[in-house]
Order: sequence, then structure tokens, then C-alpha cells
Amino acid sequence: MELYSLLREFADSWMLLALFTFFIGVIVWVFRPGSRSTYEDTASIPFRHEQAPAKAGANAAKEA
Amino acid sequence: MTNYLKLVVLGVIAVFAAVGANYARDLAYMVNALTIMLVAGGMFLWTLRRTDEPVPAVNQNEYMDGVVRAGVIATALWGVVGFLVGVIIAFQLAFPVLNFEWAEGYLNFGRLRPLHTSAVIFAFGGNALICTSFYVVQRTSAARLWGGNLAWFVFWGYQLVIVLAATGYLLGATQSKEYAEPEWYVDWWLTIVWLAYLAVFLGTVIKRKEPHIYVANWFYLSFIVTVAMLHVFNNLSIPVSIWGSKSVQVFSGVQDAMTQWWYGHNAVGFFLTAGFLGMMYYFIPKQAERPVYSYKLSIIHFWALIFIYIWAGPHHLHYTALPDWASTLGMVFSVILWMPSWGGMINGLMTLSGAWDKLRTDPVIRMMVIAVGFYGMSTFEGPMMSIRAVNSLSHYTDWTIGHVHSGALGWNGMITFGALYYLVPKLWKRERLYSLSMVSWHFWLATIGIVLYAASMWVTGIMEGLMWREVDANGFLVNSFADTVAAKFPMYVVRGLGGVMFITGAIIMCINLYLTVKRQPAIESNTDLVPAE
Repeated sequence: MELYSLLREFADSWMLLALFTFFIGVIVWVFRPGSRSTYEDTASIPFRHEQAPAKAGANAAKEA
Repeated sequence: MTNYLKLVVLGVIAVFAAVGANYARDLAYMVNALTIMLVAGGMFLWTLRRTDEPVPAVNQNEYMDGVVRAGVIATALWGVVGFLVGVIIAFQLAFPVLNFEWAEGYLNFGRLRPLHTSAVIFAFGGNALICTSFYVVQRTSAARLWGGNLAWFVFWGYQLVIVLAATGYLLGATQSKEYAEPEWYVDWWLTIVWLAYLAVFLGTVIKRKEPHIYVANWFYLSFIVTVAMLHVFNNLSIPVSIWGSKSVQVFSGVQDAMTQWWYGHNAVGFFLTAGFLGMMYYFIPKQAERPVYSYKLSIIHFWALIFIYIWAGPHHLHYTALPDWASTLGMVFSVILWMPSWGGMINGLMTLSGAWDKLRTDPVIRMMVIAVGFYGMSTFEGPMMSIRAVNSLSHYTDWTIGHVHSGALGWNGMITFGALYYLVPKLWKRERLYSLSMVSWHFWLATIGIVLYAASMWVTGIMEGLMWREVDANGFLVNSFADTVAAKFPMYVVRGLGGVMFITGAIIMCINLYLTVKRQPAIESNTDLVPAE
């Protein structure tokens, strides 16, 4: 089989399946139990450290 | 020690550029070589004077904002330049006499048009993306920019790309690829600058103090990585001579066309969409003072957008030598793309839920919201125009130009203006903007300008498309091409006036931002910044 047809067949089948599975996996992962509090914390990142970087060693995750 | 190395490199570059200018086969190459020679020579002297001098210590406990300030200034200035060239070419189309006889070959429409597109997309938009990404990645990573002065290299290196490209266009150096016109040596230099940009951004993300990577950084990073990939593949070309600007593309025929529009549409998708969505996900929550409406939606938005956008390019090549399956693929993905686009739009707009009153009191947030509104409008129009039947009417007409501008002026322009209004008081530590009523003036001038632009282009585009396909009872075409050109005149004038309104607003913004820095009292250090409202 020439290279073009080989790649074409691979793209149409396994690669498509892999990408689609990854995408569905992302959606399932986003709605996993317990994600709400994680994402609330992540969504509030812009409201911390406005003025200066976090001090060395300080764990930013503790606050908020 | 590194300074000695720098001196050697700069000296070699300056000498090589001087040799290049001497052997130059064309004028554009000569001017570009002289520019490089002067820049390298100037930097040589500058480095020389600082060699073996004590280096001031850098405070690692503060953000690196100097380069962001420079980027804000560059964004505003390049914006006005790009809009001005746009207004000029709009009137050149309406009044061909403005293609002056004495300036033929330099300032006629064909030479100025790529100058306009590159100035607004890459100079205005690119500087906006680079400076806001440097600002946002530091704040959301709680870390100073990685790489020290590498960020300054990115900034000045990018300005050099712009100057080389712009002078090259006017003097005739172009590889004739839309939005990728610069010739081979500018492409090589941009690749170096872009990899340095990637290093600075990724280095900062890696040394972040926050456990999670905020969604804005995901969008910025996808923009940087994808643009690097697109740029390299679309610019695979072999120079005819090292002493000339001309190069020959490696791909040819339909492969070249497909690569070009794979690049071209993803320049829209990742440069003008993903990067600017990064701006949306930081500046709208900050200005509204509330977190993004749904963080879950933002993650799905991100993955859906980047998985789908990359396939949409073939819709630029309906009814060409491209195989039907490829253009159908592009069309289908373009239509699917409508969903993640509107998901992102809803996420941006709903961030204001519970704070809609700010629309009445804060013209800056009004600007950001109308930007998202225009984003929604043009991401509905785009999928519709990508459908083959619609495209047979809209393609090659001014409808396309109207679509591009409702996205570029409305979405990219307005969200950038909003970000600049947010950034300037913060970066120069001012209490508030100089004048909110000037912001309102800017808002209304720009909005009405875009409406005039888009509406006139819809009318003239659809009219033109219908005139081209009109046949009489015997099957003969009714209109000659010149008939359509003549019929478009009134709409071209309206479009030019819309552009005048838009640039007037931008100039008002520049004055307002300048006076904010000059006239507004500085706030005391170590106090919390108050939002400008």
C-alpha cells in the first residue's frame, strides 16, 4: 500500500477513534465528582497575587 | 563574559548585513540588510558601553512589568498605524485616483494592502497578545517571567520582524501568501523570536506557584505552539540566493494552496481567536470582579475549539482543484465549530451575571462585552459562509471582507481596547483612567464605525455576488465586471467613513491613555489597587 493510502486509512480509523476518545474523556473528566471545589479554586486564581509573585516556599494552594 | 559573546555575535551580524547590502540583488533586500546592519551596530555600541559595568540587581519578588508597558505602547501605536493604512486603502478603492502616479509601485493598493493586514493582525494584534500574555501568565502563575531579559529580546525582536516585513512589502518583497507575505529571512528571524517567546511563556508556567494552570494560559499556550507549527510549515521555501529576497516554495499547486489555507484559517483560529480568548478569560473576570461563569465550560470550550479549528481551513478552497472530500471536511468542521465558539461567548457574557449593572456604569466592561458580542456574531456568520452553497455566492465578494472586519475590529479590536484600558492604570500605578467619557466616545465611535463597515460590505458583497451570477433568458451573463465595480461605489464610501470613525476612536484612546499616565496622580505603593471605574 502506498504511503498516502496508508496514512489516509490510519487517520480515518484509529487516529479518529483515539482523538474522539480523548475528547469524550476530557468531558467525563471535567464532570467527575468533586471537581466543583477544585474548579472554584482554579477560577479564583486571577484574584490572588495581583501585586507580587508568591513568596518562595509559600504554598498558594492553602489560601482561598 | 556573556557580553563578550554578544559583542562577537552582533559584530558578525552587522558585518554580514553590510556585505549583504553591498551584494543585494533587489532594493527590498538592500533596505532590510541596511536596517539589520544599523540595528546590530547600534546594539553593539549599547552592549559595549555596558560591558564590565556593575549590573543592577533584579528583585525576584516583583513582576517584570517593564516589557508589558513597552508592549502596551507598541500595541496602541501600531494599532493607529494599521487602522490609518486601512482607511487609506479603503478610499483608494472608492477613489482610484488616490493610487498616485508618482507613488506607483510603492504606495498603490497592491503594496499597501498587505501592509494593512500585517500591521493590524501581527503588529497590533501580535503586540497585544505578547504583552497581555506576559502580564497574565505572571499574575496567574504567581511567578516572575522566566528567562530574565529574554522577554525583552522577544519584544524588540518582534518589532524588528514588523519593520522588516513592512518595508519589504512597500519595496516589493513578498512570497504572495496571504497573511504570510514576508520573505524567507524574515520568516527565519520570526521563528527564532517565536521560540524565545515560547520559552519565556512556558518557563513561567513551569515555575508557577499556583498548583493549577489557569484557563487563560491554556489558550495563550495553544496559540503560541500552533502558530509556531503553522508558520514553519507554510513558509517552507528555498531562497534563490542568500543575497536576494526571492524564494521558491517547496510545495506547489493544490498542496501549496491547502497548506496556505490550513495556515491562513488557523492564523484566524489560533492567533485571532485562541490568543484573544486568553485575554477574555482574564480581563473580563478582572474587570467584572467575579470569576468566570463556568470553569468546566471553559475547559470543554478549550478542547473543543482546538480539536475542531485545525480542520476548518479547506472551506477557503470550495470549487477549486482541492478534492471534494477535503472541502466537505472543512465545511463540516466549520459548522461544528459554531458550538464551541458560542460556548465560549456564553461563558464570557454570563461572567457578568449578577453584575449587569456594571454595563451602565463602566464603559470599559461595555467594550469587552460588545467584543464578545461581535465574536458571537462573526462565529455564526463564518460557519454559515463556509457552507458550499452559501460560499458560491459569498466567495471573492466583499461579504468576506465584511465578515473579517466584524471579527477583527469588533472582537479583536474591542477586547484589546478593553484590556489596554484595564492595563494602563495598573501598569503605571495610577488611581483611575483620565476620562471615562472619552472611553464612552471611543466605544460609540468604534461601534458605529464597525456597523457602517459590516453593513455596507454585506450590501455590496451580496449585490456583487448576485450580479456576477445573473444570466438573461438566453443564458448570457447580464453584467460585466466593471458594472459591479461601478455599482459598489456608494458602499465603498460608507465603508471608508466607518473606518474613519473607528480610527478616530482609537486616537481618542491613545490621548486618554497618555493623559492617564501624565495627569493622573500616582497611587501610594503597597496599597491595594482599586479598579478603574
